[in-house]
Amino acid sequence: MELLKLGECFGSLNCVTTQVTSALILGMVLFLVASGLSLIFGVLGVMNFAHGALYMLGAYFSYTLLTLHWNFGVIVLLASMGVGVFGVVFERLFIRRIYASPLLYQLLLCYAFILILDDLVKLVWGYEFKNSGVPDAFRRPPIQVLQSFIPSYYVFILIIGGAVAIALWFFLAKSKFGKVIQAAAHSSEMVGALGINVNLVYAGVFALGSFLAGLGGVLAGPVRSIYPGMGASIIIESFIVVVVGGLGSIGGAFVGAMLIGLMKSFGIIGFPLIEESFVFILMAVVLIFKPTGLFGKKAT
Amino acid sequence: MRKTFIMGILVMGFLLVFPFLYYSKFLVDYLTQILISALFAASLNLLVGYTGMVSFGHAGFFGVGAYAVGVMLQKYSTSLVGSLLFAVILSAVVAMVIGFFCIRLGEIYFAMLTMAFAQIIYTIVVKWTPMTGGDQGLIGGIPKPPIAFFGLSFDIGTSLNFYLFTVILVIGSFILLKLIVDSPFGAILKTIRDNSLRSYFIGIPVKLYQWIIFVIAGTFGGLSGALMALFISGAYPDFTYWTKSAEPIFMILVGGMGSLLGPVIGAVIFNLLSAYITIYTHLYELVMGIILVVFILSLKKGLTDFLFESESFKKLIPQRLQRALAPEDGGKTS
Repeated sequence: MELLKLGECFGSLNCVTTQVTSALILGMVLFLVASGLSLIFGVLGVMNFAHGALYMLGAYFSYTLLTLHWNFGVIVLLASMGVGVFGVVFERLFIRRIYASPLLYQLLLCYAFILILDDLVKLVWGYEFKNSGVPDAFRRPPIQVLQSFIPSYYVFILIIGGAVAIALWFFLAKSKFGKVIQAAAHSSEMVGALGINVNLVYAGVFALGSFLAGLGGVLAGPVRSIYPGMGASIIIESFIVVVVGGLGSIGGAFVGAMLIGLMKSFGIIGFPLIEESFVFILMAVVLIFKPTGLFGKKAT
Repeated sequence: MRKTFIMGILVMGFLLVFPFLYYSKFLVDYLTQILISALFAASLNLLVGYTGMVSFGHAGFFGVGAYAVGVMLQKYSTSLVGSLLFAVILSAVVAMVIGFFCIRLGEIYFAMLTMAFAQIIYTIVVKWTPMTGGDQGLIGGIPKPPIAFFGLSFDIGTSLNFYLFTVILVIGSFILLKLIVDSPFGAILKTIRDNSLRSYFIGIPVKLYQWIIFVIAGTFGGLSGALMALFISGAYPDFTYWTKSAEPIFMILVGGMGSLLGPVIGAVIFNLLSAYITIYTHLYELVMGIILVVFILSLKKGLTDFLFESESFKKLIPQRLQRALAPEDGGKTS
C-alpha cells in the first residue's frame, strides 16, 4: 500500500523536491545540534547529555525575541549567542568540576540539568506548547524550485545551516584557534605546556558547541512547536547522528544528519508506522559493519 | 552462600509477618512500591555498580515486562504465573538482542545505545495501538486471576495479598542477585569493571561476560516492570521513556553502588522524595535535579558507600556485621 505511494513519489519530480527539501531542513537542524555535541565530546571528552536542553533554550529565546519584531537576523544572532553564554557559565560552574569523574557522574550531572532547565522553562514561559510562527520577514510567497514551491523560511534555514557548516569546517581545519582546538582534543596537557590557556580553550569550545545547539533551536523554533522537554527527541537523534557519522567528526555529523533527514522524510511516506525505527536500523547496520561510524577514526 | 539464604529468609519472614502485627493499607502499598523499585534499581546496579557499564536505557526492560504481563492477562487471559513467566522470558530475549549491539563498543557508546534502544521500545509502544493502547497506555485494568497451587488458590487482588506476593518474588530475586554477585562469575564482573583490558589479557571473554550480565539485568528489570504493571493495574508509555531510565540511576547514585543494599536505600529515599516533593511544589523535576547536582558535586558517592567507608562506622559496628553489609571493594566505577 504505502510502498506504492513511495514509488509514486519517486515518479514525480514535485514530490521528490518537496521531500528532499524537508529532509534537508531536518538534517540541517540535526547537524547543528549534533556537530556541537560531537565537538564538545571530541575536545572535552564529556558527552553533553544536556545538549537538547540548550536547543530548547535557543527556541525559547527566539520565541521571546520574536515578540519584539526586530530584524530576524539580529534575533538569530542574539538568541544563539545567549545560549552560547549560558553554555560558558554552565561549563565554568559545573561541567568543569567533573572532567576527571567517571562517565556516570558526567551523564548524571547533565541529566540533572535537563530536569532543572525543563522546570525553569516552565516557570518562565509556562507549561503550554508555544508556536511563534514564521518571522515577519518571511511572510511572502514561496519560492518555486523545479515544479514545487518551497517556503522562503526553509530556504533561509538551508542557507544559514550550509554557511555555518562551511564556516565551522574552515574554522576548525584552517584557523589557528581551530588548530589549537584539534591539538587540545589530542593532548590537552601538551597544549597547556606550550603556554596556551587550556581552560580558555575548553570554555570556548563549550561556548561554540552551545551556540550551535542554540542556533539549531532558534532556526527550528518558528517551524516546530516549542515546549518544555522538546530537547529529548533531538538529543537522541543527535546521538544516532554521532554514532553513524563517527564520534568527534564534524564531516561525519553532516553526512549522518543528512542521511537521517532523508530516511525520515521518505520513510514517512513509504513506511509511516515504522518510519522512526528506520533510523535505528541504520544505526544498527553501521555499528555491525563499521563500529566506529562512517567517518570515525577510533573507538573511545 | 548459606549466610545469604539465612539473611534472605529472615528479611522475607520479617516482611511477611510484619503486616499481621501492624496493618495499614497505606504502608503496605508503599512498601510494595519500594520493593518493586528496589528490584528495578538493584538489577541495574548489576551493570552500573558491579560491571561498570552505565546503561541509560533500563526502562526499556521495565516497559517490556510491564506490557508483556499486561497484554497477556488483559487480551489473552493467560494464567498469572504463565504471564509473569512470559514477561520475564520476553525481557531476557529483548535484552539479548539489545545487548548484542550495545556491548560492541566503549562505555560512552554503551550509554548512548542503551538509551536509543529503549527509545525504540518507547516508539513501538506508542505506535502499536491495537496491542498496547498507544499513548493512552494499557488502560481498563489488568485482571489478576488467583494463583492455583497444588489445589490451593491464592488471590492477589487485595493490597495485602499482593504485598505478600511481591515480598516473596522480590526478596527471592534479591537472594538470587546476591548469589550471582558473590559467585566466581560476580568476581569476574568486578575484575572487568576495575580493568577490562587486563581482564581481557588474562583470558576472560570480556564481551561475553558483559552480554550475560546485561541479559540478567534486563530480565530482573523486566520482572520489576511486570510487578509494577500488576500493582497499578496498567502499563503506560512512560514506563519505557528515558526519564524512567534515570530513576534507578538516581536510586543507585543516592543509595550507593557498592552493594545490593545501596539501591534499596536509594529506592526508599526516591519514593519518599517523590511522594513529599509533589505535596509542597509542582516543580518536582527542579528539586530532583538540584538534589542530584549536590550529590554529584559534593558527596561523589552514595549514602551507603559513604557510610561503609567512614571511620566512625568502622569503630561502632562489629566486624562481622560490617562484612555482611559492606562490599569488600568500596564500589567504584571505572
